[in-house]
Amino acid sequence: MLYAILCYASEDVVSSWSKAQDDEVMAKLLNVQEKYAKAGRLGPVARLLPTTAATTLRRVKGEAVVIDGPFAETKEQFLGFYTLECADLDEAVDFARELSEVNPSGGSYEIRPVSVFDPTRVLK
Amino acid sequence: MTDLSWISSAISAARPQAMGALLRYFRDLDTAEEAFQDACLRALKNWPQNGPPRDPAAWLIFVGRNSGIDAVRKRAKQAPMPEEDQISDLEDAESDIAERLDGAHYRDDILRLLFICCHPDLPPTQQIAVALRIVSGITVKQIARAFLVGESAMEQRITRAKARIADAGVAFETPGAVERSERLAAVAAMVYLIFNEGYSTNSGEAPARAPLCEEAIRLARLLLRLFQTEPEIMGLTALLLLQHARAPARFDENGEIVLLDDQDRSLWSRKMIDEGLALVDKALRHQKPGPYQVQAAIAALHARAATPEDTDWTEIDLLYSLLERMQPSPVVTLNRAVAVAKVRGPEAALAMIEPLGERLSGYFHFFGLKGGLLMQLDRGEEARVAFDRAIALANTAAEAAHIRMHIDRLMRDGAVRPTVQKAN
Repeated sequence: MLYAILCYASEDVVSSWSKAQDDEVMAKLLNVQEKYAKAGRLGPVARLLPTTAATTLRRVKGEAVVIDGPFAETKEQFLGFYTLECADLDEAVDFARELSEVNPSGGSYEIRPVSVFDPTRVLK
Repeated sequence: MTDLSWISSAISAARPQAMGALLRYFRDLDTAEEAFQDACLRALKNWPQNGPPRDPAAWLIFVGRNSGIDAVRKRAKQAPMPEEDQISDLEDAESDIAERLDGAHYRDDILRLLFICCHPDLPPTQQIAVALRIVSGITVKQIARAFLVGESAMEQRITRAKARIADAGVAFETPGAVERSERLAAVAAMVYLIFNEGYSTNSGEAPARAPLCEEAIRLARLLLRLFQTEPEIMGLTALLLLQHARAPARFDENGEIVLLDDQDRSLWSRKMIDEGLALVDKALRHQKPGPYQVQAAIAALHARAATPEDTDWTEIDLLYSLLERMQPSPVVTLNRAVAVAKVRGPEAALAMIEPLGERLSGYFHFFGLKGGLLMQLDRGEEARVAFDRAIALANTAAEAAHIRMHIDRLMRDGAVRPTVQKAN
């Protein structure tokens, strides 16, 4: 089963990290991913720009309306994701735990089984 | 997250919201600051043991409020004859905690906290110093270093500015739409000032001042999170990001300034450029142009050019003409002339800047550009006169050195008679 590990944390907190702190976290997170990548289990990984750079399209009365930012005002924001091939949920939880151990954001990792995954299109 | 440096970055992330709420609650800057300070000390003791709270701002507001009330009580007890209304005020304060600490106000709280720093009686440097102290929580020592003054001088400056703010009185009612947008404009201007204070810097000072740029970006992002649909705040944030993205290429290994055309563009921060470009795109969709958006769009065109030759000067010329109409200023026209020189040639640019001579008679960049244009037109002697004036007006050794390079080239090409160069 392919899992998506979705990272949620407070942007206020993460954007207050100094560059050195941010680099340190990213290096440690990369280190966690290493062995999963080597085992060929890690799929695409993405870190997203802040939600202030986001745009949302929704249909209002049948018409597509483009609005600024994500729709919900929440304490935590969706900051990025991993995809990981796992035999069972326990393995996915282990991966998320390892990530959380080196991530001081105080956020959370949502573990979601992937339903449709199309790895055939590769960006250039 | 037991490490103290992570705790302190969590505190600084929560600071604007917590300080803003405490200021609304106590309606006095000093009391709010003391209360916040006390809450921070408790956080440093409590968080490493119990782990950080889920909502650090709410924790700091709650603890700060209690400690502030204690302090006010103690002061009231020490006073020989407490005023009756002071006591009833305090009880009243406690009874409407829920209302006054309502988290829904946090947007106006933070805006108010920033806005009180923009008092029109305060000179810009004091506005910046107070904002950095109160909103960002940067130590007086660090602020003094950034402004290249002694710590006690800066301490005095901030104390005086705070007294002035206290005298001025602050409106604590929830602002109406017009007032809110006026406050937002004043605060945006101040954030831009903070950035410029860090950006327009001498080579040797760059390391001490760079944190000002980073803090300005942090404040701009904060404003944008509070006012997600304001195109000018998108423009401001984009402008700062796109300019700061070039920081790693702005100085060479000797600390000399490197001009845009000569910068190693591979050193530019891709991440900041991407975020800046995304924000410019978003802002332009609103079709409500403003000065920050136009300047950001100009910076975006530079950022998009892989080499200086790829720069879309025609579009930059257009954008500057738009900016001239929004914010007429000789400096904007001067900047436009740089684009005009690339698009329509040095003659057109020279004609454009000639009328500015009087108003920019003390401006280094005016004579630098004028000399450059005259040089392109093979009017060496006149170019030399303009360059000499530029050197006399140079703000930094790097600026003067850059102009001397042009003079050397003029002399090498035999465009001017060699003269004894005056020692500077």
